[in-house]
Amino acid sequence: MKKIAILSGKGGTGKTSLCASFALLAGRKIICDCDVEAPDLHLVLQPKILHRESFYGMPKAKLYEEKCQLCGLCVNYCRFEAISKLNGTYFFDSISCEGCGVCAKFCPAEAIKMERVLSGEWFISMSRAGIMVHAKLGVAEGGSGKLVSTVIKAAEKMAEKEVFEYILIDGPPGIGCPVIATLSRVDLALIVTEPTTAGIHDLERILDLSLHFKVTPRVIINKFDLNMKKSKEIEGYCLNKGIPLLGKLPYNPIFSEAIRCGKAVIEIDEEIARTVSSIWNEINIKKE
Amino acid sequence: MTISVSSGKGGTGKTTVAVNLFLSLEEKLQFFDCDVEEPNASLFLKIRFLSSFKFNIPVPEINEAKCDLCGKCAEFCAYHALAVLKDKVIFFPQLCHSCGGCLLVCPNNAIKEKERPIGIMDRGMAFSPIYKREFEFWQGILNVTEAIAPPLIRALKKNIDRDKLCIIDSPPGTSCSMIESIKGSDFCILVTEPTPFGIYDLEMALKVIRTLKIPAGLIINRSESKDELIEDFSRKENLPILGKIPLDRNIAILYSEGIPFVLEMPEYKNFFKNIYQNIKEIVRNEKNSYS
Repeated sequence: MKKIAILSGKGGTGKTSLCASFALLAGRKIICDCDVEAPDLHLVLQPKILHRESFYGMPKAKLYEEKCQLCGLCVNYCRFEAISKLNGTYFFDSISCEGCGVCAKFCPAEAIKMERVLSGEWFISMSRAGIMVHAKLGVAEGGSGKLVSTVIKAAEKMAEKEVFEYILIDGPPGIGCPVIATLSRVDLALIVTEPTTAGIHDLERILDLSLHFKVTPRVIINKFDLNMKKSKEIEGYCLNKGIPLLGKLPYNPIFSEAIRCGKAVIEIDEEIARTVSSIWNEINIKKE
Repeated sequence: MTISVSSGKGGTGKTTVAVNLFLSLEEKLQFFDCDVEEPNASLFLKIRFLSSFKFNIPVPEINEAKCDLCGKCAEFCAYHALAVLKDKVIFFPQLCHSCGGCLLVCPNNAIKEKERPIGIMDRGMAFSPIYKREFEFWQGILNVTEAIAPPLIRALKKNIDRDKLCIIDSPPGTSCSMIESIKGSDFCILVTEPTPFGIYDLEMALKVIRTLKIPAGLIINRSESKDELIEDFSRKENLPILGKIPLDRNIAILYSEGIPFVLEMPEYKNFFKNIYQNIKEIVRNEKNSYS
């Protein structure tokens, strides 16, 4: 079984549009949406939830005011600026709290407790493209990296019992915590880029990251005809680095149209369907 | 006043809005690129970089001579950044949040902190071709392979000058990095695209912004005059629409070249100026309603 993540560095290059299409083309697979901060894949694949589980991120510090002796030690110890003096008591900002536990450990009055907080939910569902694991982070909650790992681990666990060819992952943008949580568990990174100054800048950073994690990268250029010069630049860059370019897709409002209809782009445009299929075949053939 | 630009979904046009707004105004300005994972604003601006600082975070250093491998540090570390084996302590720097807990719990005083670089902070002057002036520009760049962006964003924002109009370009998403970037702003511009993806993520981002109690308004990017869904949403949520930028191949091409479109389409200067006037008004009313 191969674990494939679709990544981009820069947001909005077409990760989800492509992932939905690959999900419909791939054989036996588990689909994961690891963009837990802004998940969209479910809007196309319409999963029906079969199983749901609570997600607990880091615990948060909670003050029991009746015990507090107002010594202020907690304010000095907190490195996250999460505790402040307010109207004669201390205010604990749960959004800033990173759950380290230092304040609770060293409060001489034992007035602070670290408490478990529900930080989101994750689901195993049946979608129109097959089994899907996805999640939703609670409002203003942290822990997206941990939630990403939870989602992928759940898929891996299912793959222990049943035979799957692929775990196909719609990844988050950026190069930080949730992307690292994704890359550290996959074999292949499909990097969707666009021929823009910003797209190229971000491509370089995500490629460096995938090489660092020894994950094989492959590149797809989306909106290639928006700027032919920049597309050539990307092609040259990939050639230079020895990273195979799997294909190019045009700049076409049909991508947005597909999203509006709740469809994958390959379901509504034949030409794009042919290109995406040939890209998928490349991945499929070279899976061993 | 501090105005942050955010979205939830990536690639909706945050940097485009932030940069074009910045270039359209003649107030005393500061620009902060807080998307430290993928900082792109500098690609659209002519910047004279003045200085670059290493950004370090404190991490534990274990003095093996004093350490008796009691394991208290690893037991305390909420992030599993320390592991105590039979003969040594292993530290995983990427997992460390720099809380300082391990050195406080060590009974043998065997842990000290040392500085570990996780990124850089650049300061420069961005040239505004419209007003032939330079404005202060700051950006943070997280080193590739580093997982934790918020400390860098926090440090970057310490340079905000409250007497200036400060524009913050924020990262996508709805969690730690996004929250750290927009926290403390007087106003947040949400940029969306009029698709179900855009709206779904906008809704998530708006909930975060409402939790943080930041007044907000919406800019619809790539509008195709099929914006009914988003207009309904904004009415229902009482989220004012500040403006619309049409789906226009020319704007996309300028973007691809790294050219802020207001420089080639000067009619947009007033569009952004009006948005700023609008925001000022909303912020003023908001303040009055609290006092």
